[in-house]
Amino acid sequence: MKLRVSVVALAVCAAIVSGCGSSSGSSTGSSGTPTLTVSAATSLTDAFTAYGKQFDEAKARFSFAGSDQLAAQIQQGARPDVYAAANTKLPDQLYSKGLIEKPVVFATNTLVLAVPASGSKIASLADLAKPGVKIAAGAPSVPVGTYTLKVLSGLPAAERKAIEGNIVSSEPDVGGVVGKVAEGAADAGFVYITDVKASGGKLKALTIPASLNPTAAYGVAVVKGAKHEQQAQSFVNGLLNGAGHQQLQKAGFGVPPQ
Amino acid sequence: MRGTRWFSALLVAALALALVFLILPVAAIFLNTSPAKLLSSLNDPSATEALRLSLECSVIAVTIIVIVGTPAAYLLATRSFPGKSLAVTFVELPLVLPPAVAGIGLLAALGPEGILGGLVKDAGVQLVFTTAGVIVALTFVAAPFYIRQAQAAFATTDRNLLDASRTLGAGEARTWLRIAIPAARHGMAAGLALSFGRALGEFGATLMFAGSFQGVTQTAPLAIYQRFSTDFTGALALSAVLVAVSAALLLGVKLVSGVSLLTGASR
Repeated sequence: MKLRVSVVALAVCAAIVSGCGSSSGSSTGSSGTPTLTVSAATSLTDAFTAYGKQFDEAKARFSFAGSDQLAAQIQQGARPDVYAAANTKLPDQLYSKGLIEKPVVFATNTLVLAVPASGSKIASLADLAKPGVKIAAGAPSVPVGTYTLKVLSGLPAAERKAIEGNIVSSEPDVGGVVGKVAEGAADAGFVYITDVKASGGKLKALTIPASLNPTAAYGVAVVKGAKHEQQAQSFVNGLLNGAGHQQLQKAGFGVPPQ
Repeated sequence: MRGTRWFSALLVAALALALVFLILPVAAIFLNTSPAKLLSSLNDPSATEALRLSLECSVIAVTIIVIVGTPAAYLLATRSFPGKSLAVTFVELPLVLPPAVAGIGLLAALGPEGILGGLVKDAGVQLVFTTAGVIVALTFVAAPFYIRQAQAAFATTDRNLLDASRTLGAGEARTWLRIAIPAARHGMAAGLALSFGRALGEFGATLMFAGSFQGVTQTAPLAIYQRFSTDFTGALALSAVLVAVSAALLLGVKLVSGVSLLTGASR
């Protein structure tokens, strides 16, 4: 009796588990248009969302997060169709591990210092070194954090140290930095020029001297084993030359050095 | 008879499925890498710092919750007053609020540009980006777990005991301290453990309200998220510690008080 009960239990378990497995394998919508999953850096949110509406070969579904988090998901076995990062290092790493196709640079961005649009006590990079200033930055693992550290490393040691000492939060993605400055929690934050443009007038950008090399290059690639490889490839093509390219420019991204 | 057997089979199947589903991710944390690797990645000072911060903030938050929550729960359990059900609803609300909502709400209330932001600043207190802010976030999300349990425990206390105490000349306060609290201690302990567990696991409200900075506001769950991208083993190691602490908490309460955590009911 007891044995029979557990056999039935196992059978039911197996039926349910296999049922789930087979139904989740399909990602084709009821209308017949495939759903394209795109993992993209947080800073691409506005441009990609607009491009996704224009992209008619598939229904684009986006997962926006820190590029490093998305790369870690892919390493742990997640298989989006497209991976777009706010640097070239992460896509290159995934490519060398055979997880994605060869990445291409599709946009550039510029690191700026974001401050509240009005009433800010920060007028330049040098002001960040003053005591009591609260700075939000990206964590070192996320591209915006890496660029921030790179920019700071170009400053005189004393100034760099003072600024680093004023960093009060290491946010997991650039959205967190934007939010902290927009809410007035932080006095300033290192973000991309496109984030300031997307803030709807809440933020103001202070430019960082070109000598500190605040330029960011964005890499994109089709993920190996993508369910909709053809659509994924045309999504990438559109970023290089098409509707996506236009949306990127509209959002304030630079054109890649081809 | 035959019908009963099928029904039993169904129940067993459901429980088996639930157990597999609930145990698998917890077990995987320990099985994904070798115990030696887990242990060695805990040697990283940033990991120990995050754990220390999590424990400290949770202890302080739960202490505040117990000090304020115990009398508040007693009031809710023993008196009726206009608007009581509304008060109970507000006490319960953080239980079902998404943590991100809690975070944005705390910012809107106590942040530098929040409605009480000026007051907070004038008081010379800084919450955002400080450990104090973490404690505020933990207290907000964890308080209902304790207050609801304590309220339920006080409500089931035998009224005759309380009346007898008062008849014998003990004042209301004395009765509360000497009779009601000891009688409700099992339910209170269960609430305390639940509340502590929730505080220990807090992520969203902390990140949004207090930010994430090593040693100051980066609690263990934030450190796990941070490490996910750079150091998966390190993230697993921190997770393993949190699983162990949470399990010890559950077991401890069950052994000490014989109380099932969620229902507060004795076995």
